[in-house]
Amino acid sequence: MKKVTFFFLLFSITLLQAKKIEVCKSCEISTIKKALELAENGDEIFIKKGVYKENDIEVNKAVTISGEEGSIIDGSFKSGVLHITSDNFVLKNIKIINVGVSYTKDFAAVKVVKCKNFTIQNIVLDQIFFGILIEKSHYGKIIGNKLSSTAKDEANSGNGIHIWHSSNMIVDSNEVFGMRDGIYFEFVTESKVHNNNSHNNVRYGLHFMFSNNDTYYKNIFKNNGAGVAVMFSKFITMYQNKFLDNWGSASYGLLLKEIYDTQIYDNLFQENTIGIKGEGCTRINYKNNTFLRNGWAIKIAGACYTNIFEKNDFMHNSLDLAYNTKVNDNKFENNHWSEYTGYDLDKDGVGDIPYRPVKLFSYVVNKTPEALVLLRSLFVDIINFSEKVSPVFTPDDLMDKKPIMNRINDRF
Amino acid sequence: MLKILKYSFYDLMRSRWSYVYFLFYLLLGFVLLFLNNDVNKAVITLMNIIIVLTPLIGTIFGVMYYYNSKEFTELLLAQPINRKKIFMGQYLGISISLTLSLVLGLGIPFVLYGLFKSAAIFNFGLLLVVGSFLNFIFVALSYNIALSTENKIKGFGYAILMWLFLAVIYDGVFLISLVMFDEYPLDKFSLIATMFNPIDLSRILILLKLDISALLGYTGAVFRKFFGTNLGMVLSMSILILWVIIPVTRINFKLKNKDF
Repeated sequence: MKKVTFFFLLFSITLLQAKKIEVCKSCEISTIKKALELAENGDEIFIKKGVYKENDIEVNKAVTISGEEGSIIDGSFKSGVLHITSDNFVLKNIKIINVGVSYTKDFAAVKVVKCKNFTIQNIVLDQIFFGILIEKSHYGKIIGNKLSSTAKDEANSGNGIHIWHSSNMIVDSNEVFGMRDGIYFEFVTESKVHNNNSHNNVRYGLHFMFSNNDTYYKNIFKNNGAGVAVMFSKFITMYQNKFLDNWGSASYGLLLKEIYDTQIYDNLFQENTIGIKGEGCTRINYKNNTFLRNGWAIKIAGACYTNIFEKNDFMHNSLDLAYNTKVNDNKFENNHWSEYTGYDLDKDGVGDIPYRPVKLFSYVVNKTPEALVLLRSLFVDIINFSEKVSPVFTPDDLMDKKPIMNRINDRF
Repeated sequence: MLKILKYSFYDLMRSRWSYVYFLFYLLLGFVLLFLNNDVNKAVITLMNIIIVLTPLIGTIFGVMYYYNSKEFTELLLAQPINRKKIFMGQYLGISISLTLSLVLGLGIPFVLYGLFKSAAIFNFGLLLVVGSFLNFIFVALSYNIALSTENKIKGFGYAILMWLFLAVIYDGVFLISLVMFDEYPLDKFSLIATMFNPIDLSRILILLKLDISALLGYTGAVFRKFFGTNLGMVLSMSILILWVIIPVTRINFKLKNKDF
C-alpha cells in the first residue's frame, strides 16, 4: 500500500511540475504561437536567440514567457504583438519591435486584458505604437522595462505604459522615451509609480486622469513636450520626483487640474516654462519642493482653495507666482524666496518683513500676455517696487509672513 | 580724423574717468561671479545693469565731453581742418574708450572665471556687442542734443530726459498701450514698438537668448520666429546699426549749418 501511495505521489508531482518549452528557429517548435498551443498553465516558454516575425499572439494560459539575449519578436509594422488574457503570467527578458500604427485600433506590443497577478519585467520595446497596454487588470508589476519609439506628432503615436481601469499596479524603474505619453493612467487606483525615467516624449511624460489613491515617487520627467499632466484625481501622493527642462510655449513641469487632497513634497522643478500650474485644485499641501530657474514657479488659475505652500525653495525663477484672482484662500508660509529683499535683525533665520510673491508685473502679464516683452525692463522694476510698497492690484493678503532667509532643501 | 580720434582718446584716458569706468565694470564682474559662481546666471544680472547703465554713462559722457572741450573744439575749428573730421574724431574717441572700458572691464573677470569653458560664451558675447552698440548709439544721441543746445544746463537736462524717456517712460507708455488695447492683436505692434527703442531692442535680443523665449506663448512664437532666426538676428543688428548711423548723419548735417 505504501508503495502505491509513493508512486501515486511521484506521478502527481511530475504532472504538477511545469515543463519548459524551448522555441528556436531550428527547433521542432519554431514559433511562439505553436509553443503556446502546446503549453499548459504554469509552463515556461523559453525563446532562443533569433527574430520571430509574428503578430497577434494570443496568450490565454498562465505561462512564463522569457527569452535569451537576442530573442526578438518582430511585428513587421502590421498589428499588435502579444495579446494576453490570462492571470498569473510572467513576461520577461524579451525584445519586441515594429508594432503597426493604426488610427482605429490600439495596436500594442503587449496588450493585457482582464488579468490578475502578472509580471512584466526587463522587456525592451522599440518602434512601437502603444507599448504596454493594460485594461481592467489588477495586481500587476511592470518593472525595469525600456520602451522607446520615434513619435513625431500626437495624432499617429501611442503611449508607452498605458493603463486603463485597473488597480494595484506597480510601475517601477522603467525608461520611456519618444512616445506620445510616457506613462498614461486612466481610472487606475491604489497604484505606485516609482523610479521611472520618462523623457523626450511628444506630449506628456506622465499623464493621469480619474486615478485616485496613487503614489508617485523618485521619477524623472525630463524634456517632454508638455511636461506632466495630472487631472481629476483625489488622494495622490507625489514625492522626490524631478521635473526638468519642460520648456516650450505650452509646457508645464506639473499641470494640476481638478485635484483634491493631495500631498506634493520633496520634488524638484527645474527650468520648466511653468513649474506648477494649478486649476481647480483644493486641499493640496506643497512642502519642501524646490523651484529652480523656471519661467513661472507657480501659476494659479481660478478655483484653487486651501492649498498650503510650506518650506519650499523658490530660486531664480523669472516670475515666482502668477495669480489671476484677488481672492486668496491659499497659504504661503516659511518658504525661501531668492527674490526676498527683507532683513533678519534677530538672526532667527526668519525674515522680519513679509514677502509678497505676486508682483504687479505678473498680474499685468496674466491679463495681457504680450506685456511679457517688457520683462526685466527698468520700468517694470519700478512699478513692481511701488506695488510692493502699497499693494493695489495684487491680493494684499497673499504673502509669506515668515519667509526663510536661507535655502531649506539643499539636496539639489 | 585719426589724429583727433587719438587725441580725444588719450584725453579721456588722462582724465581718469575711463579708468574709473573700467574699474567699476571690473569690480562688478568679479563681485557678480564671486557671489554667483554661475556664469549663466551672472549674464542675466549683468544684462539688467548694462541695459540701464551703459546708455546713461554714454549720454552723460557725450554731453560732458562736448561742453568741456568746446573751447578746444572752437580752436580746432579755426584751423584748416574739415569740421566733419573733428567731430567724428571726437565722437569715435569717446565711444571707443567707453566700449573698451566695458569690454575689458567685464571680459577680464569672465575670462578668468572660465568663460571659454562655459556654454554662456555666446550670450556673453552678444551682451558685449549689444553694450557696445548702446555706447555708440547714446554717445551719438547726446552729441546731437549738445550740438543743438548752447545752454549747458539745458543740454544736460535734455540728455538726461532722453535717457529717462528711452529707459523708463517709453516702456511705461508701451505697457499702458498694451493693457489698453489688449483686445486687439498686439504681437506685430509690440514687435515694431521694440524696434523704435534701442534699449528695448537690446533687452529683447538678450532675453530671447536667455529666459523669456518659452514664456511668451503666442507672442513668443512671433518674437522667436523673428529674432531667433539668423535673418532676425541680422535684421535687429542692422536696426541697431541704423540707430548709430541716423544720429551720426544728423550730427554731420547739423554741423554744416551750425554757426560756432
